[in-house]
Amino acid sequence: MIKQERMQVINQQEIAHCIFELTVQGALANEMAEPGQFVHIRVADSFEPLLRRPISVASIDLEASQFTMIYRAEGRGTGLLAEKKPGDTIDVLGPLGHGFPVEEAEKKAYLIGGGIGVPPLYELAKQLNACGIETVHILGFESKQAVFYEDKFRKLGETHIATVDGSHGTQGFVTHILNELPTDFDTYYSCGPTPMLEAVQWAYPQKKGFLSYEQRMGCGIGACFACVCRTTKSETDYIKVCSDGPVFPAGVVIS
Amino acid sequence: MSDLTVKLPGLNLKNPIMPASGCFGFGKEYAQLYDLSQLGAIMIKATTVETRLGNPTPRVAETASGMLNAIGLQNPGLEKVTEQELPWLEKYDVPIIANVAGTTTEDYVEVAKKISQSPNVHALEINISCPNVKQGGITFGTDPDVARELTRAVKEVSAVPVYIKLSPNVTNIVSIAKAVEEGGADGITMINTLLGMRMDTKTGRPIIANITGGLSGPAIKPVALRMVYEVSQHTKLPIIGMGGVTNVDDVIDFLSAGASAVAVGTANFVNPFVCPEIIGQLPERLHELGFDSVEQLVGRSHRL
Repeated sequence: MIKQERMQVINQQEIAHCIFELTVQGALANEMAEPGQFVHIRVADSFEPLLRRPISVASIDLEASQFTMIYRAEGRGTGLLAEKKPGDTIDVLGPLGHGFPVEEAEKKAYLIGGGIGVPPLYELAKQLNACGIETVHILGFESKQAVFYEDKFRKLGETHIATVDGSHGTQGFVTHILNELPTDFDTYYSCGPTPMLEAVQWAYPQKKGFLSYEQRMGCGIGACFACVCRTTKSETDYIKVCSDGPVFPAGVVIS
Repeated sequence: MSDLTVKLPGLNLKNPIMPASGCFGFGKEYAQLYDLSQLGAIMIKATTVETRLGNPTPRVAETASGMLNAIGLQNPGLEKVTEQELPWLEKYDVPIIANVAGTTTEDYVEVAKKISQSPNVHALEINISCPNVKQGGITFGTDPDVARELTRAVKEVSAVPVYIKLSPNVTNIVSIAKAVEEGGADGITMINTLLGMRMDTKTGRPIIANITGGLSGPAIKPVALRMVYEVSQHTKLPIIGMGGVTNVDDVIDFLSAGASAVAVGTANFVNPFVCPEIIGQLPERLHELGFDSVEQLVGRSHRL
């Protein structure tokens, strides 16, 4: 169930260049059902900035009623969010949208992420591992300074890193790594920039895949029609990234 | 206890607060969050004859204390709205104001005729002011003669009272208000969004794919208030005021300026519970200001 709550900040730290990890606590955390869902955060109680910010959830701790988000502080809104300290409270609306279906994986899954699309794959990897699914992580970043959670992913399975400038791991995009890897997996999950999702989809036309899309949002709950995409299901219909997604089976979204 | 009820043509409102059209879909999303029967009314999303897919994305951009949108009247079309969306809303004890849009007068007439016959539609809001569509929309709302004739045509076929939604993107909003009054309108809703744009400073490109969008949010409240104040002095028609309403004091301001009821738009995106919160706070705020009823406040500024 969607809740709006003033959640308490438990921890906040910069874990890579301009990348922040923020943990909050409150009853809303216990509503989290699927990895890949997101929350909509009001970064200030003023009118400026006005709109909420959609932030993905990187890790859920139901026992402690906490969850952790990872976001890039690049604009005014996320910059203000980065100033929140333990003990502060923030207005959170969530959980929103439909996440990655864990039950669709059978034995082995590829988790393919790019930049700020990497965080939701961490909770997904944890849940897949808990179900006995082997996970292989292929993660792309801009440069060495932008890499985060590499060790955490390694603990959960085979992990490959690509950086655009080649300062860490393989030089290039995640697709450069995918070309070298075997295709002995049954399901893939991906989150990142739309061109990356497209490339992943093209790479594995025969595989079962689930892609998490990004789009500018207004309300986050499906009422404003800002974040729509065309769908392959019907020429006269549309889907909303916020409430129908953000995760869709491969082949559904026309991007 | 303060009396929150408001009587308007076609509408016996239990309170003067309603979500504005385009900011509330057809209610389903907000129904997950609270009981829609608490609301004074619901202005549902614009309905056109045909299914509309709207404009390309990005469709929204944030601005200082506001937002720009260019959704482009996306909606499932008259048939689906009357057969699926409106019956679903019947389980709530709340009057529906159906927003009607079109490309031609014939479109408006067709939608108005059919949608006004739905049992829970108590009034129509005729959208002659959408700034985000190339044909129809605002083109009907900027010329007094065209606005008057469209009002007449819709009034002839509508089974319920007709409110005309005015655009702020005109030189003289009073002349449009007078024209729709002459055309037989039962009321006015105002204002729609202000045409604006925002650039991506790095690339120099407009952020909204449609280039321009409609500005809404707290930034436009002073413009909306001024226009409600002006129009209420020059017509006898009741006004449902809107534009940047985010809290109970904004509601007081619009009532004081001459609005009989108030719609809340963009604020729903910032705080999805804003409408029931305002409704809950209104009795105490009225009492603090020394009023027993909402109706005592309407047009207060003109009597001072």
